[in-house]
Amino acid sequence: MNNKRQYEVVFIVDPTADEEVPKLTDSFTQIVTDQGGTITKSEVMGKRNLAYEILHHKDGTFVLLEIEGTGKEIAELERRMRVNDRVLRYLTVRVDEDRRRADKLKDRRARKAAKRPAPGGGSARRGGPAMEFSDSAGE
Amino acid sequence: MATNYEDRVRGGGGGGGYDSDDDQDRRPMGGRGPGRRMHRRRVCRFCIDKVDLIDFKDVRLLLNYLPERGKILPRRISGNCATHQRMLAEAIKRARNIALLPYTTD
Repeated sequence: MNNKRQYEVVFIVDPTADEEVPKLTDSFTQIVTDQGGTITKSEVMGKRNLAYEILHHKDGTFVLLEIEGTGKEIAELERRMRVNDRVLRYLTVRVDEDRRRADKLKDRRARKAAKRPAPGGGSARRGGPAMEFSDSAGE
Repeated sequence: MATNYEDRVRGGGGGGGYDSDDDQDRRPMGGRGPGRRMHRRRVCRFCIDKVDLIDFKDVRLLLNYLPERGKILPRRISGNCATHQRMLAEAIKRARNIALLPYTTD
C-alpha cells in the first residue's frame, strides 16, 4: 500500500544561537526535500529548560519536524545534525506504524459502538451497583 | 476484566444479601482505619480516556508517572494496563533522550 514512512524529528538548538533557528530549519528542510522527502510540519516548540545539562547548556530551543519519505533523507539529515555543533541533540521517531495502529483501534471502537449502543461489558460494570440499589429500594 | 469483577461480586453473596454486601464494601473505603488493607480499585487512566497513542512530547502527562526520583512509576502502583504501560515507558524513555525529562534527580 502506502510505503511512505512518517517520522518525527525533534532537535535542540544551542540557545546562544537563537537567531539561527529559522536558517537552520530551512537548511534541514532543504536537505530533506533534496533527498526526495517532504516536510509535513515544521514547528518551533520554543526555548525551554533541559532536564539535564547537555554540553554545559541548561536550556535550548526545541524544533519539531514531521517528515514523510523513504528513510534515506533521515539518514542524511541525521548525519548533518551530528556534524552541526549548533544542534545539541536530536531524536527521530518513526510514527506511521503507531499512528496506523491507533487509527485501527479507533476505527474498531467506533464500529463496536455503532453495532451495540449499550454494550454489556462497560456499562454493566458502571450500571451494576446503581441497579442493585434501585432493586433494594423497590423491595 | 469485566468477568473477573462479576465473579468477585457474585462470590460476595447472592440475592438480597448482595446489596448490603456491596454497600458495606463501599462505605468503609474512606473511613476504615488500620484494620484491613485498603484496596484501591486499579484502573488504567489511558483505557478510560481511550488513549491510543502516548506522545513523548507531552511532558505534563508523562510527569504524572515520574515520581520525585525520576523513575518510571510501576504498573502495580499506577494501575495501568500492560499495553499502556509499555507505551508510557517508551514515551518516557524518548523524552529522557531529548532532555524533556530527567534520567535521575537528586
